[in-house]
Amino acid sequence: MTGTLNATAAVEIDNVAVRFHSKRTEVTAIEQVSLDVAPGEFVSIVGPSGCGKSTLLKLVSGLLKPSAGSVTLLGEQVRGPRHDIGFVFQRAALLEWRSARKNILLQAEMRGMNSAEAGKRADELIEMTGLSGFENALPHELSGGMQQRVALCRALLHQPRVLLMDEPFGALDALTREQMNVELHRVWRETGTTVLLVTHSIAESVYLANRVIVLTQRPAVVKEVIEVDLPDERDYSATMARPEFATATAHIRDLLGAVTGHD
Amino acid sequence: MKPVSGDRWRGVAERSWRPAALLAACLVIWHLITVTGLVEAYLVPSPGKTFDLLVDKWSYLWGHTWVTTYETILGFVVAGVLGVLMAVAMVYSRTIESTAYPVLLFAQVIPKIAIAPLFVVWLGFGFEPKVVVAVLMAFFPVVISTVTGLKSVDAEMLELAATMGGGPVKTFAKIRFPAALPHLFAGLKVAITLAVTGAVVGEFVGSNEGLGYVILQANGNMDTPMLFAGLIVISVVGILLFLLLELAEQLMLPWHSSRRGAAVTTLLAKGGS
Ligand SMILES: Nc1ncnc2c1ncn2[C@@H]1O[C@H](COP(=O)(O)OP(=O)(O)OP(=O)(O)O)[C@@H](O)[C@H]1O
Ligand SMILES: [Mg+2]
Repeated sequence: MTGTLNATAAVEIDNVAVRFHSKRTEVTAIEQVSLDVAPGEFVSIVGPSGCGKSTLLKLVSGLLKPSAGSVTLLGEQVRGPRHDIGFVFQRAALLEWRSARKNILLQAEMRGMNSAEAGKRADELIEMTGLSGFENALPHELSGGMQQRVALCRALLHQPRVLLMDEPFGALDALTREQMNVELHRVWRETGTTVLLVTHSIAESVYLANRVIVLTQRPAVVKEVIEVDLPDERDYSATMARPEFATATAHIRDLLGAVTGHD
Repeated sequence: MKPVSGDRWRGVAERSWRPAALLAACLVIWHLITVTGLVEAYLVPSPGKTFDLLVDKWSYLWGHTWVTTYETILGFVVAGVLGVLMAVAMVYSRTIESTAYPVLLFAQVIPKIAIAPLFVVWLGFGFEPKVVVAVLMAFFPVVISTVTGLKSVDAEMLELAATMGGGPVKTFAKIRFPAALPHLFAGLKVAITLAVTGAVVGEFVGSNEGLGYVILQANGNMDTPMLFAGLIVISVVGILLFLLLELAEQLMLPWHSSRRGAAVTTLLAKGGS
């Protein structure tokens, strides 16, 4: 436990810097980033490729130590890999010898959770994410979107209070991606989990989030924080059509210096 | 997807007819060489004569076959267990890896046939020196393939495991080891063929039983039909043991074999190495 001024934040990133040392060079991935995320908040992180977004999530999870500054997760300073989070990577990272359901249950087995309860919870998540009927399919028998849903279920199985997602839908086609966005939005509304989502899609970042953090080129600093002025209840096409949505996406696109929208 | 069983048998037939045809062609050529008198009969016996001998002397051969098979399997199992343990130690400890690797390589490049007499001096004429040679031959591919397999695990998967908090033992049992199994099996399949060679080499050096002994005896007596018969039995033993492993792999790793292409292609590629 550490004495923090803002004990109500789920995630506090306090003046962190990350430098990677290789044989000759030193790469500063993150120059100085501070960010507080409130419990239950959905924060999207966007920025140019290679600016340090994945690095930032690894800091929060404790998979990486900052060169300077500190990260506090759920009131406790991060010193090593944390177990009170759920992590979804860009690639689903499923065990190819396990069925969809068993891949989800890996979380429970690793944690030594009660298997009956975990099984029940897994079935609920399978139901919720529309994977019913594919519980026993092996990963190679699933589509990319389904694999990603399995990874999402696995990350949610132990009901983490913080969910970290690193470009989880990057490999999906546009339509599947939209469906996944709608599903993730619903899951977030139902579970009240705090979410940090790294994405390259500006539309996705705005549709899902309460706030969008725009990072600069490496070495990364926070360029701007955009408050998303949309209602919590977000129908997909209706939201896309709203003027606030257009304003926010156009603004982020400007900040990123893109000529046209690229997802 | 599990193929329907009818499809499955048709698949087996489709995959086997080419090698079977090749084998038949070899037999025909062998037969032609002997009937045309191209080569003297005492140098190359005809296939018919060889198979007659196989049938006539079956009980004699069977005893020796069993001895060689026993030595092979024992050597293979010891090499498998030691090889996997060694690989695990090497993957988890940099120090062990850097210390053991040069020694391992050295042990691998020494011709086993050259050190086999030493084992006979040390261990006598029983089965022990043969098993030791078989172990030495089979050990290396098991270690190399298991190390490769254990290292092939997706780094993100291991990071994910770290966030799940299962600790190193669970991570090994549930993620690393199963992920290494396809590589391990590839190594085991090479190892079993080498274990057969090792056992026979051990028998060459000093023995009064086993197929290596049979061949050596036949050689001394200029008994080429028996020599050929011995060679055929050794090959059959090697192939059967190999197929047994292939079967075990298919049963244990259905997720792997179902994704793999033509089994016979890999079978031939690995068998040739
Ligand atoms: N382990 C490492 N060793 C050295 N440099 C690294 C390491 N990990 C990341 N970097 C460097 O840090 C910078 C940020 O990497 P990071 O993966 O966080 O970028 P990113 O914003 O996630 O990029 P992308 O959007 O392409 O995924 C990159 O320039 C990368 O080269
Ligand atoms: Mg990244």
